[in-house]
Amino acid sequence: MSYFLVGIAGIIGTLLRYVLGLWVQQLVPQTSFPVGTLAVNLVGCFALGWFFQWVMDKNRLSPRVRTSISTGLIGSFTTFSTFSVETVQLFRQGLWGSGIAYVGISMIGGLCLVWMGTAVADRRRERVRHG
Amino acid sequence: MAEIGWIAAGGFLGAMARYAMVAFVSARWPTRLPLGTLLVNLIGSFLLGWIASSGLNEQIAFFLGTGFMGAFTTFSTFKLESVNLFRRGEGKTSLLYMGMTYLLGIGAAWLGYLIHMLLFTL
Repeated sequence: MSYFLVGIAGIIGTLLRYVLGLWVQQLVPQTSFPVGTLAVNLVGCFALGWFFQWVMDKNRLSPRVRTSISTGLIGSFTTFSTFSVETVQLFRQGLWGSGIAYVGISMIGGLCLVWMGTAVADRRRERVRHG
Repeated sequence: MAEIGWIAAGGFLGAMARYAMVAFVSARWPTRLPLGTLLVNLIGSFLLGWIASSGLNEQIAFFLGTGFMGAFTTFSTFKLESVNLFRRGEGKTSLLYMGMTYLLGIGAAWLGYLIHMLLFTL
């Protein structure tokens, strides 16, 4: 049952990744820089950081729903394989600067956004506690 | 919009395969370094590198690439695990985890490309 729920959440995450990735990529015309995947991965990092902190706070949601959202939905929304293949493609086209920038922004940006997600969940908790 | 069905089917199977593999690996080899996520990301990068160089037809590329490998690998979990290791005072393990994921992951994608080219186009 848990597997099935993770799979269903995975469908939603995967389709959201496809749609959002295409949309963002089309906002920046004629670029070989993978802005679509970058945007998806950064948004997903913020969402997972926030969700993790929000759930941990008061032990919210059942473990099954928790896993479906974190592992299934957000886990499938972001992707590592596309990131690494896009990096290789940039390097193979001789776009070394773009390749290094892509890895650097993903690396640092991902960490920052997870941290920001947890910080936003924490601030909300503080507000609720102090009325 | 015919691609939606292929992507959804791939995403369904890829997400379940990641869940199963991470559960299996963490039960079998419990380590501080999140070995399960590392392995799915390396295997998925290798296979997507292979797929990307193989010029498959569009439906199969959507099913296997965007759908399955996209959902089988994950960026957000990798980052959350890295941050959580730092917060638990395991900075060294976190740096090792990140270094291995990036270096070996990009290396694996490149290897997938290269091996496919060596086998089929030379």
